[in-house]
Amino acid sequence: MLIKLTGGRIYDPAHNIDGRVMDIYVRDGRIVERPGDAETIDQEYDLRGKVVMAGAIDMHTHIGGGKVNIARLMLPEDHRASPAVHTDACRAGCGHAAPSTLTTGYRYAEMGYTAGFEPALSPVNARQSHLEMCDTPIIDKGGYAMIGSDDYFLRMLAAKQDQNAINDYVAWILHASQAIGIKVVNPGGINAFKFNQRALNLDEENIHYKVTPREVLQSLTRAVYELGIAHPLHVHGNNLGVPGNVETTLKTMGAVEGYPVHLTHIQFHSYGTEGDRKFSSGAAAVAEALNKHKNVSADVGQILFGQTVTASGDNMRQYANSGHGSPRKSVLMDIECDSGCGVVPFKYKDQNFVNALQWAIGLEIFLLTEDPWRIFLTTDHPNGAPFTSYPHLIRLLMDKGFRNDMFAKLNLDAQSMSTLTSIDREYSLYEIAIMTRAGAAKLVGLHDRGHLGIGAGADITVYTDNADREAMFAKPDYVFKDGQLVVRNGEVVKVTWGSTHTVKPEFDRGIEKDLKKYFDTYHTMNMENFKVSAAELEDDGRGHVIVQECKGRREKTA
Amino acid sequence: MTQSTNFPAGSIEAVAFPCEGLLSDDLLISRDADGNLSLQNSSCSKAAAFFERPRVASSPKIAGQPADLSSAIAKITELFGKSRHPLISGLATDVYGMRAVMNLAETAGATIDHMNSKSSMKNLLVMQNSGWYVTTLSEVKNRVDLLVVIGTDVVSYFPRFFERVIWNKEAMFTENTDAREVVYLGGRDINTEPGTSPSGRKPDVLPCDPDRIPEVLAALRAIISGKPFTATEVAGVATADLEKLAERLKAAKYSVIAWTGSALDFPHAELSIQTITGIVEHLNKTTRSAGLPLSGNDGDVTAYNVSTWISGYPFRSSYRRGYPDYDPYHYETSSLLKEGEVDVLIWINSFNPERLPPASKTPTVVIGHPAMQFEQPPEVFIPIAVPGLEASGAQFRSDSSVTLPLKKLRATELPTLGDVLSAIEAALKAA
Ligand SMILES: [Zn+2]
Repeated sequence: MLIKLTGGRIYDPAHNIDGRVMDIYVRDGRIVERPGDAETIDQEYDLRGKVVMAGAIDMHTHIGGGKVNIARLMLPEDHRASPAVHTDACRAGCGHAAPSTLTTGYRYAEMGYTAGFEPALSPVNARQSHLEMCDTPIIDKGGYAMIGSDDYFLRMLAAKQDQNAINDYVAWILHASQAIGIKVVNPGGINAFKFNQRALNLDEENIHYKVTPREVLQSLTRAVYELGIAHPLHVHGNNLGVPGNVETTLKTMGAVEGYPVHLTHIQFHSYGTEGDRKFSSGAAAVAEALNKHKNVSADVGQILFGQTVTASGDNMRQYANSGHGSPRKSVLMDIECDSGCGVVPFKYKDQNFVNALQWAIGLEIFLLTEDPWRIFLTTDHPNGAPFTSYPHLIRLLMDKGFRNDMFAKLNLDAQSMSTLTSIDREYSLYEIAIMTRAGAAKLVGLHDRGHLGIGAGADITVYTDNADREAMFAKPDYVFKDGQLVVRNGEVVKVTWGSTHTVKPEFDRGIEKDLKKYFDTYHTMNMENFKVSAAELEDDGRGHVIVQECKGRREKTA
Repeated sequence: MTQSTNFPAGSIEAVAFPCEGLLSDDLLISRDADGNLSLQNSSCSKAAAFFERPRVASSPKIAGQPADLSSAIAKITELFGKSRHPLISGLATDVYGMRAVMNLAETAGATIDHMNSKSSMKNLLVMQNSGWYVTTLSEVKNRVDLLVVIGTDVVSYFPRFFERVIWNKEAMFTENTDAREVVYLGGRDINTEPGTSPSGRKPDVLPCDPDRIPEVLAALRAIISGKPFTATEVAGVATADLEKLAERLKAAKYSVIAWTGSALDFPHAELSIQTITGIVEHLNKTTRSAGLPLSGNDGDVTAYNVSTWISGYPFRSSYRRGYPDYDPYHYETSSLLKEGEVDVLIWINSFNPERLPPASKTPTVVIGHPAMQFEQPPEVFIPIAVPGLEASGAQFRSDSSVTLPLKKLRATELPTLGDVLSAIEAALKAA
């Protein structure tokens, strides 16, 4: 099957293509060279005047695993308002803040997204995460394995084990949990909370292990780098949501000593303590630091107004926030000497001072950070807002007039605390394509996605250019997934099952001797059963496991 | 029965017991050349009964008469095809089986419910109404210093609970596990022997009539949260004893309060569970404490998890409107059958052959364990491969945080639940 996409305006930042009119050819799911004149084109799409990009990639979205399913279970009232009826192509489902897996896949595809990455895959819970993601149709997926508060790792650090041993453990976790990256949440803090510590600053010791978050960050950023994993350590820092946490965030950037690091939902970590209410924007300082530290990238975690649900591994902070839930309920857990979780429904209100300022802080970070290859478009779905609000967020970034109109409706005290209207920047289509395609693929380590070069997977989105960017990005004309037309005019026309992206760095399997002893002594499951096999993901015909290349183990530093 | 060469005599390690909520996966099973299994390393009689049950030849039956599989599927398709409101209940299966259940339910506009929903629902309602702070088995195993059990011996439902997570020899954060304190609060004449420490220290027992547990819990909560409480006893439990328990809970570093929905067998038990979680909430203001809801037998935790991720709702939900619809009071098996609201029932029961479908006038189809026997033969019976015995699979544990792989331990000619339900669904779509 040879497909020709004729005459579209192409935005492909991976190849420095900024709106050039070009033809694209697709064969067997891949983008191919222009075929010889003798070859028959099986199908042609006339894309003259249309905007063409690679399929979008959400590099941080909570779509599968224990806490997401708890959020679904907790929110029947939210689902009731958003039923998804059975159609010719799609099965029924429901949900707005925490949609069912099927609905999640359909809605992402309908917005032109072809991949999403679950950022908080708890290794003991990896099997569930993957089972859910495998039930999420059309899009590709993957997970970042969450460590750093697990007792095995903290025992290693406390015992001053050398970096090679840490690297082996990190690699073992990636294999066992079929993950593509490593995430740390409130480094060491989830564990400290189990010992009744209520906060943990960057240089504060866990009372049991005598280990600090700084040490956790240093050993893990280095492990990820030395194993040759493309995605830098994904960090949800200490003190999420705490006024004044901008200090922690700036220190965290320095703590990693030049190793690559990704700071996630940085909006929630960019708060100062100025003003009458002791809550202010730290966006300028954070953006300035991001501009300076080339080893640091971030996604924003923009908040948008309305009902959502917050779901995090950071049960220390979620416990602290549980009283602010709306509706007032929360599920909190300590989990398996591995991690924790906290799920708190939340309603962001534009007339609430703090919420309004959070909204402005997120946008300030987007607009003040200069390099679109190192800042990413997320709402930390569903923590800041459901992913279905991305087209609205894109309009806020691309349309200054619209942004300022929205700003004018906010809580007045918050308006007086923000410099947002003084920022003239409007994102271009090219920059949006970097943030949501080329940059995201590079950051996650998807070598054949996020671009439209020869050999790339044919994940392609076609839009009708429209000055109303929200309307434009909400309803693509066509979405192709691996060369198959899955969406037409913003509606799913064919359901496929995407693949799961992983990395499998080399490591010394000798580490299993000690791990087995640990499991047999302290755990309630067998080490062999902890490991998730690729076959388990591929059973039931729900897609394949793809192993993305690690560039190889780098020179060890000591 | 002869075995395929893929399953020679031998022994298999790290086998999980698939239909008990603790999902203990430390079992060593030996297999003879005929596929007979024996449990080698545990005294758990429930597990032995499950794995060692003699194999029986079983075939599909229509109205009690042997039939081939395709006729049986055709008969079910006919029943479903003319049904206005089908019910798929029982749901004792694993993740892969539940996926097929959800697909069929969506296609057929069916309602779903689980055989254990009466007890599970008590916990789910609390999660949906107020939430809670809970913990998981390995945390208990390594951290608990004070265990309070509400109204149950635990071991009737989970025989290895104390062996696995309380009296374990080594723990990361408890120097001497023998020093762990166990308190049984509420219930009458329960077996508290498993709560005795290895060195012989007896647990504390504060008994009361099961239906008065709500009052005792409310009193304990009042005392812990410093509300005035003047009575000298409640339901036969001395206030002084409750005060002592309150002090111990406040002094504990990591207390765990455990319950099972089944044992809290009185109206509105969800309110008592809320009282327990309220106690935990109060304790967490100054120290650490967590609840431990114990469930997961017959795959109920699997069923509500899979149903929730696919439809948004746990069981007691329905696709009859063309989209998922949840009503925990209405979509309940016995009342739907009694009121004649459903016109066909599929009863799915993979694990325990004794769990028969509820008696009713509604035409009933059973898809389940090959050893199931019926006094009143159902319209159709299809024996299936049991997950974790004759089919591989995945199952959720009681605490919902861990899902374990289930192993295929021997060959079988029988189809899986997924095979059967997919065939029915395909036939319905073709019709
Ligand atoms: Zn997140």
